Amino acid sequence: MPEPDDLPYDVVVIGAGVVGCAVARLLSHQHLRVALLDAAPDVGSGTSKANTAILHTGFDATPGSLESRLVSRGYELLSDYAPTVGIAIERTGAALVAWDDEQAAALPGLAAKAGANGYHAASVVDAATVYELEPHLGTGVAAGMLVPDEHIIDPWGTPLAFAREALANGVSWLPNRHVTKLERQFDTTVIESSDGATVRTRCVVNAAGLHSDEVHALFGLAGFTIRPRRGELIVFDKLARPLLQRTLLPVPTGHTKGVLVAPTVFGNVMLGPTADDIDDRTATGSTRAGIDALLAKGRRILPALIREEVTAVYAGLRAATEHSDYQITHDREFRYVCLGGIRSTGLTASMAIAEEALALVAACGLEVIPKAAGSIRSTQVTNLGEAFERPYQVGASGDIVCHCERVTHDEIVAACTEQPPATTFDGIRRRTRALAGRCQGFYCSAAVCSIAAESSGRPMSDWMGAP
Amino acid sequence: MTTDETADVVVVGGGPAGLAAAIALRGQGVARVVVLEREAQAGGVPRHSAHLGYGMRDMHRIMAGPAYAAAMRTRAEQAGVDIRTATTATDWTGATSLQTVNRHGMSNIHARAVVLATGVRERPRAALLVPGDRGGGVFTTGSLQQLTTIHHGQPGTRAVIVGAQHVSFSAVLTLQHAACRTVAMVTPLTRHQTYAPLRLLTAGRHRVPIITGCTVEAIHGRDHVRAVTLSNGRRIDCDTVVFTGDWIPDHELARRGDIVIDDTHRGPAIDTAFRTNRVGVFAIGNMVHPAETADVCALDGRHAATAVRQWLEHPAWPTTRVRLIAEAPVAWVAPSRLGEPGTAPGGRITLRVDRLTPSRTVAVTQGTTTLWWGRPRGRLVPNRSITIPGAWLVDADPGGADIIVSLQP
Ligand SMILES: Cc1cc2nc3c(=O)[nH]c(=O)nc-3n(C[C@H](O)[C@H](O)[C@H](O)COP(=O)(O)OP(=O)(O)OC[C@H]3O[C@@H](n4cnc5c(N)ncnc54)[C@H](O)[C@@H]3O)c2cc1C
Ligand SMILES: Cc1cc2nc3c(=O)[nH]c(=O)nc-3n(C[C@H](O)[C@H](O)[C@H](O)COP(=O)(O)OP(=O)(O)OC[C@H]3O[C@@H](n4cnc5c(N)ncnc54)[C@H](O)[C@@H]3O)c2cc1C
Repeated sequence: MPEPDDLPYDVVVIGAGVVGCAVARLLSHQHLRVALLDAAPDVGSGTSKANTAILHTGFDATPGSLESRLVSRGYELLSDYAPTVGIAIERTGAALVAWDDEQAAALPGLAAKAGANGYHAASVVDAATVYELEPHLGTGVAAGMLVPDEHIIDPWGTPLAFAREALANGVSWLPNRHVTKLERQFDTTVIESSDGATVRTRCVVNAAGLHSDEVHALFGLAGFTIRPRRGELIVFDKLARPLLQRTLLPVPTGHTKGVLVAPTVFGNVMLGPTADDIDDRTATGSTRAGIDALLAKGRRILPALIREEVTAVYAGLRAATEHSDYQITHDREFRYVCLGGIRSTGLTASMAIAEEALALVAACGLEVIPKAAGSIRSTQVTNLGEAFERPYQVGASGDIVCHCERVTHDEIVAACTEQPPATTFDGIRRRTRALAGRCQGFYCSAAVCSIAAESSGRPMSDWMGAP
Repeated sequence: MTTDETADVVVVGGGPAGLAAAIALRGQGVARVVVLEREAQAGGVPRHSAHLGYGMRDMHRIMAGPAYAAAMRTRAEQAGVDIRTATTATDWTGATSLQTVNRHGMSNIHARAVVLATGVRERPRAALLVPGDRGGGVFTTGSLQQLTTIHHGQPGTRAVIVGAQHVSFSAVLTLQHAACRTVAMVTPLTRHQTYAPLRLLTAGRHRVPIITGCTVEAIHGRDHVRAVTLSNGRRIDCDTVVFTGDWIPDHELARRGDIVIDDTHRGPAIDTAFRTNRVGVFAIGNMVHPAETADVCALDGRHAATAVRQWLEHPAWPTTRVRLIAEAPVAWVAPSRLGEPGTAPGGRITLRVDRLTPSRTVAVTQGTTTLWWGRPRGRLVPNRSITIPGAWLVDADPGGADIIVSLQP
């Protein structure tokens, strides 16, 4: 192993998903030298980019679990933070829909469980009320339960906002580093990545998502194994948005939260996710069986939805383990904090997990001294919410380039130049919504890529990727 | 700050249909004709389509797309059409008033008539629900042509083209110009759907195999396409996939304006005078017959201009509209509503079939009355239009039952 020559970091966060970025942000508010590192070229490009984007109240969590506590706390923190930095939240609420008497009979129990999770606003209603609120629901609704605080959020802007603020407050961003080896040398850890580069740090935070067990094992530790649970999703055209007012949830089964229909803050409608336990941690492709199963479910829940055009199909992998709770631990000797098994609620819980991580970093023996409030820089992301004012409406940010999503020239330039910059087609999409619309690049992909090439100084061929 | 202005006619979309309508309106003496075009330049799809094949029926010569688009722009300027580029019509603010947006922000434009000519797009891979990885190298003909024609970018070197209709062969040409070899064309039908000469000049000349009776079942390659699997189980290595010609009208503005959409082709349901159900609003071009060649769209524009001028002079709008119903295997008919006076644009009705069929006789009936019956010229092949004469329209009962367009054995 080559000798790392520079001064060690105090903390290196492995993994720049929504969890790692939230941790880096909070660490940047302390007097610590911090680096955020990822195998990918961009932040938020793992599971964090492919979820259903619901800001969960935690009403259906397992009472008393760590997940229950962190989801509730994360909900509060993120609800407060989001509007201050430009992360869109739309306060839609949700309705749990029971399709038969057995499901209807389960609703009072679910309301009681919500109460045990500290959520008291859920109310059971009859079928007539459900149809009054959501007239496009298919026939056969038996009853419903309203969860008025289960909202929707921008899943792309969230990790980006965290990362941008972290970088503005001195965190180093180390992309394209796939960690393959962790070696303890005296009181530091040397982190080696597949490109041969090394960094030295006093403390390691493992936020490697689907690979958190592998990073854990690099310290010779055991205790949990990730078994990916794939969730496929179908995104429908914006013209379907008037078909629903709130997220339509199924009555949960033991295995998953089930297939839901939800509005997105970008103004689309989403149907999914499926839940398949698989072995391949890279299998983020969609399948014929998954798509067919979703369409069958969707046809029952909201028949008119299926007649609308599909804008995107994708899949995300939940970092499920053999345990039913998050795997958050620390090892004082190794100065190591593990944030593993953050499965299906990590977007909501991210800021609370970060608080937990900060406490554990201190518990590892690092001196954590908060910076003076006035010396912490705040940053903004472009608000991508359809319900909010967009740059094109204000004018003075150049011509519209992506017509489906109405993204302007200057927004593309900003995506490629502001820290951390987009380096891929997908990165532009997550920062601006460009190319995420109904034509999937029929009109604008070449134009967007040529602006990206110009503003980044990298050739066109680096950008022209997946529409 | 929102500004307000007025015009006689606002045309939304500066493609061949919209420009032709605007030119003809000016020619008929309409004073203030404004064309809203969201792109930096008017001309529509032909701007990106560098090969020959434009202008036959309207300009009576064969031109390449960009030259055709340039000729249309010049004619429009000479005719005194007010073209607003980089300006998008975003919503309705009144019966015939639109909200527009450009780099300076939003404004309103109030007109006496609105002509929608927003065109069509090709359904991308996601809309076609093709499963698999989401790697790069997946195009539609539209995005491919923009890449190569306008931005001088490079696709891969081995392409699979999904579809075998006119536009699919246009993609073969585009790829060939970009030194990318088409290794296969795949169509679910039992034959290609273009004219023999076009196939021979493109796929034929380069010995591209046309795989019939097949669909693409999966795309492989996480970062970039590596291969596709077909429904017959065959795997083809490739680094480029082009989805061609599954058209969907750009109907957002129409739907936001509660304009009735024809369930068959998903474009506005228009009558024989290009009128929608929304008073003062017309629709023309590919959005009402997805998709024809540019010259056909331009001829639409000319015909529609007369109807628009008549509306400006005598503001009367039909209140009831008898439907023309396409009965399978007829996929759609355009126009699909009967209007008074009962004459068709150019005297003809356009229709398409959704499958290959041995029958060659078209029948038009209303209740127990047979309005027309005959064998149209040309073959009944999916993704290709034929026309039937529309003289029978004057015999139809404007207060009667639906008119059924079907095939006879
Ligand atoms: C279908 C689906 C629906 C969901 N819906 C919701 C929802 O509605 N609401 C909600 O709150 N949550 C939801 N979630 C859960 C949420 O998306 C996740 O909990 C969250 O994104 C996890 O974030 P993370 O940072 O832990 O992981 P990730 O986003 O996967 O980030 C981990 C990062 O670590 C990097 N990495 C891994 N190994 C290494 C290594 N060896 N070296 C360097 N870097 C490495 C990866 O490249 C990756 O960027 C859903 C999840 C799925 C799959
Ligand atoms: C790959 C390909 C190859 C082709 N090859 C040939 C050929 O060889 N010969 C031939 O004759 N035809 C060909 N065609 C067909 C021809 O391009 C079309 O018939 C023609 O462009 C249709 O004209 P249009 O005016 O209806 O629509 P379009 O050309 O699509 O124009 C619509 C215009 O409306 C604008 N617009 C849409 N919405 C708005 C809005 N809200 N506000 C402002 N502006 C808006 C768009 O930017 C666009 O410029 C080809 C088509 C394709 C895709």
